[in-house]
Amino acid sequence: MASSLDPHAVIVTEAGSVSEGPLTTADGQPLQKALARSSRAARRRAFWLVAPLLAFIVITFVIPIGQLLYRSVHNDGFSANMPEISAWFAVTEPGTAPDEAAFTALAADLLAASEARSIGTVGTRINYDVPGTRSLFTSTGRQVRRGIEPPYQAALLEIDAEWGDAEIWAAMRGASTPYTDGFYLASVDRTRDIDGNVTMVAEHRQVYVMLFLRTLWLSGLITALTFLLGFPVAHLLATLPMRKSNLLMILVLLPFWTSLLVRTSSWMVLLQQQGVVNDLLVWLGVIDDGGRLAMMYNQAGTIIAMTHILLPFMILPLYSVMRTINPAYVRAARSLGATSWTAFRRVYFPQTLPGLGAGALLVFILAVGYYITPALVGGSSGQLISNMIAEHMTGTLNWSMAAALAAILLAGVLILYWVYDRLVGIDNLKLG
Amino acid sequence: MKKTLILTTALCGMAFGASAQEVNLLSWGGAYGNSHLEAYAKPFTAETGTAVNISDADNPATPIKAMVEAGNVTSDVASVEYADAVRLCDEGLLEEIDASALEAAEDGTAATDDYIEGGVTDCFVATDVYSMVLVYNDSQFEDAKPATPADFFDLEAFPGKRTMRKGAKFNLELALMADGVPADEVYATLETAEGVDRAFAKLDSIKDEVVWWEAGAQPPQLLADGEVSMAYAFNGRIFDAVQQDDQPFEIIWDGQIYEMEGWVIPMGAPNMDEALEFIAFSTAPANQARAAEFISYGPPRRSAAAMVGNIQGTEEPMGPNLPTSEENMTNALGSNLDFWVDYDSELNERFNAWLAG
Repeated sequence: MASSLDPHAVIVTEAGSVSEGPLTTADGQPLQKALARSSRAARRRAFWLVAPLLAFIVITFVIPIGQLLYRSVHNDGFSANMPEISAWFAVTEPGTAPDEAAFTALAADLLAASEARSIGTVGTRINYDVPGTRSLFTSTGRQVRRGIEPPYQAALLEIDAEWGDAEIWAAMRGASTPYTDGFYLASVDRTRDIDGNVTMVAEHRQVYVMLFLRTLWLSGLITALTFLLGFPVAHLLATLPMRKSNLLMILVLLPFWTSLLVRTSSWMVLLQQQGVVNDLLVWLGVIDDGGRLAMMYNQAGTIIAMTHILLPFMILPLYSVMRTINPAYVRAARSLGATSWTAFRRVYFPQTLPGLGAGALLVFILAVGYYITPALVGGSSGQLISNMIAEHMTGTLNWSMAAALAAILLAGVLILYWVYDRLVGIDNLKLG
Repeated sequence: MKKTLILTTALCGMAFGASAQEVNLLSWGGAYGNSHLEAYAKPFTAETGTAVNISDADNPATPIKAMVEAGNVTSDVASVEYADAVRLCDEGLLEEIDASALEAAEDGTAATDDYIEGGVTDCFVATDVYSMVLVYNDSQFEDAKPATPADFFDLEAFPGKRTMRKGAKFNLELALMADGVPADEVYATLETAEGVDRAFAKLDSIKDEVVWWEAGAQPPQLLADGEVSMAYAFNGRIFDAVQQDDQPFEIIWDGQIYEMEGWVIPMGAPNMDEALEFIAFSTAPANQARAAEFISYGPPRRSAAAMVGNIQGTEEPMGPNLPTSEENMTNALGSNLDFWVDYDSELNERFNAWLAG
């Protein structure tokens, strides 16, 4: 059964050559085969145990996310509802000036879409590319329904001269196939001009690249802050006597168990200009009443609240690693003449790296996708890319755009994960 | 927060979806949602025996698209803004509403004639006229009181933070009016690139002092906390804070921007007949007038305007608090639907870029 190309066969032969003849079980079967069969059965049993979870994840996680991400490259709002003009685009070269045939197809599609009440979807799709054209479709659709006479080119141009605009025809050509890279281009502040070249969008519309960079920068900053604040706490937790450390542990876990919204709202009460912290500072005379600090509804608010909320995700992995570190190592280093700083830097700190890696990765990935806290306390300068995704999901209802932004964010996180794996090694991760 | 709301909405819908004789209403919560409960839902249940399940969203137009596209429609009637209704209707996400089912006025005028212009469209029946108004906290301005849109942008004469709705709509119009553009030229100006630049430049002048709100309940809260001294907010929410909590808020009617709000039926609503029945009931002139006694949004039916009585639980007439009352309509601007359907995404995109930058 084992062909000479089968790598296992080589091993078997080699193993066999050592023990002189293939190993067999008591009933004479090759051991290799029996082992494979029994482990196959065990694997099958194990699979049935995880099958419910697997099915759950696939149904509630993989499929919906996959479907949504699919929307980032697929939008048939135009092509599905305007079949005839889409067919015309398919057989003509890009840049072809629309002729009477094109306008005839357009008029027929506008009529059909208007009657099917899908004209709004068509207009919305083109409006993504050429702002201000949505009502061109809906109002023309209404007039076509009232009846127009051939020649259609003249008739449509009379309804609205904008139908002669090359930009609109370029946008319709782009939308005439359901697959598009337009949403990804828009996600990095780029667009296609009439000739199909990729260019930057107008300066006052550039926002996404800046938000991506801000999200990465703030997430990195918050990760660093949680490390600086969390490391000493974790160390204290790990080294204090059990009774005291348990109390401290509760202080760490209590906010961890408290609702995210409650904690965010509490920060609002504390940090706003008429809030507790400002009142206290005014009362102490540190600042005067006119100079109250703006710590909320700006970037500072986002940083403070998110650092606090994500702190346990740094402390807990660090703590679980620090507990396993034998204090004898540091004592040995000290007895061999190391200063306390050297002993910490060369002996203690390297041993905490798996916990630090896990904590940093957790905090960073959570921070990159954070949405509620920046929305509530971030004002305008503390908004992250996730707030823009939410805006497109629930505000503008441009789900394709939301999906494209989310896909870029997901890809960014996966790249960081990969870099981490290459630099530190994912198997060094210790989550507690 | 929005996510939770949508989720709760969906769950509520599912939980109640099975029983018969009911209508699922998607509303806005807060004082406005309460007016739906008190003036429409309770009397409707009392009269017909059909239960009304109310759930809330920050903006009910949002979950409608999600529900229809997912093929899991759990709401029968939703309260949405006029512009959203037109947009959703064009995209085929709403059922058409048969206007002949609506109740005629007492003098026999057909409902469609009784409504103000645009009050009844293919998919939409108006329930009220609300407006965006400027508000100030009286306790923060001892001497001179702000009185015009220009004062809202005058940080020197009227110091303190402002709060405005996060989005382009209303704010751009307000900025232009504050910059001296007459109400009837606002939309013509906004259609030009220079006009948009001018509006953003005006907003720029107070950008650092603005707290942006998203839910209608936030501005009264921010005013009450003393976090802001002036707000640009829905008039009904402010009215409610003054009435219920005795807050020292004053409304500036100069430069108000009014818009209609009303019922729509999401495509594929599970209880179509009950939904239509509920819409006919709640838009009857007497019930419209009754709703206006709970929250200061004006009735869009002409015959209902005269029927509005006293503010609920008081002896004060509601009339002067409505955006539709005559003395409040001087220098008022009607929100231009066609403009916003066309420019909504472009201007919001620019607004978001401006905000984040």
